[in-house]
Amino acid sequence: MVLDAIDRQIIQATQAGLPLVAEPYLAVANQLGLSEQEVLHRMADMLEAGVIRRIAAVPNHYKLGYRFNGMTVWDVDDQQVDRLGQQVAELPFVSHCYQRPRYLPEWPYNLFAMVHGKTEQDAERQVAIIAALLGANARQHSVLYSSKILKKTGLRITG
Amino acid sequence: MDDIDKAIINQLQQGFPICQSPYKAVAEQLGLDEAQLLNRLQVLLAEGVLSRFGPMYHAEQMGGALSLAAIKVPEQRFDEVTEMVNAFPEVAHNYARNHPLNMWFVLATEKPEQVQTVIAAIEQQTGLRVYNMPKISEYYVGLQLEA
Repeated sequence: MVLDAIDRQIIQATQAGLPLVAEPYLAVANQLGLSEQEVLHRMADMLEAGVIRRIAAVPNHYKLGYRFNGMTVWDVDDQQVDRLGQQVAELPFVSHCYQRPRYLPEWPYNLFAMVHGKTEQDAERQVAIIAALLGANARQHSVLYSSKILKKTGLRITG
Repeated sequence: MDDIDKAIINQLQQGFPICQSPYKAVAEQLGLDEAQLLNRLQVLLAEGVLSRFGPMYHAEQMGGALSLAAIKVPEQRFDEVTEMVNAFPEVAHNYARNHPLNMWFVLATEKPEQVQTVIAAIEQQTGLRVYNMPKISEYYVGLQLEA
């Protein structure tokens, strides 16, 4: 989808959040000098095209009690990583799963999967399930727990 | 946080309608009235239970780029480097993690080539190496956490 100047204005007006008023799309329209219909249409088109992944609430994991947020990282064969990554991604507790580049020798991991537990045991159990699934395909792994959120604003585009 | 807050959080992680009175539509599904939903959302955002509420834009679909990057920050410089890194508007998230690579942040830029520019600027300001780890493949994104 090719975004025009009006789409970008809508993105800028809503990227920090949707107004908390009864008619939020009308509020955005008024701010930009557009009709409500146009804002509704354009946002529906962007959602359809995947420019908007979804319109939703993003919770702070910690405040919901998920204190053990682990980035699990695995060293698997590059020839197998797509097959294994898809299997790991199907586990119900994995929130993100990616292949990323290694930095040898100090960073040998190429498969990343995020897990979230309310207790350390929850998170460790999830790690153990991934380890069992990967079996001997995982030559080594590590779990990096987040100790602090330093920033969480989401992406921003500028004018 | 009570059961109504939990129901709101669980419902709104799944999505939000695009229509004239979307809060009213969601409130009805939850058995609340519109004003109640708006008030509670305001509080959940103010208290930081919700980091944000609204459209999640897809950087690559907008012609931009995302990357994950990490730095080994000496412990005594951690706060100073956090401030430098967070000052870049392209840094969307930043987490401290328990590893020698102890700072992990997501960059979101409007143009793909800006990832390199921002990384070079962070390296120059901090004097530290940035390990850039852009995704090669994406297998899944999108678990919802139950409140």
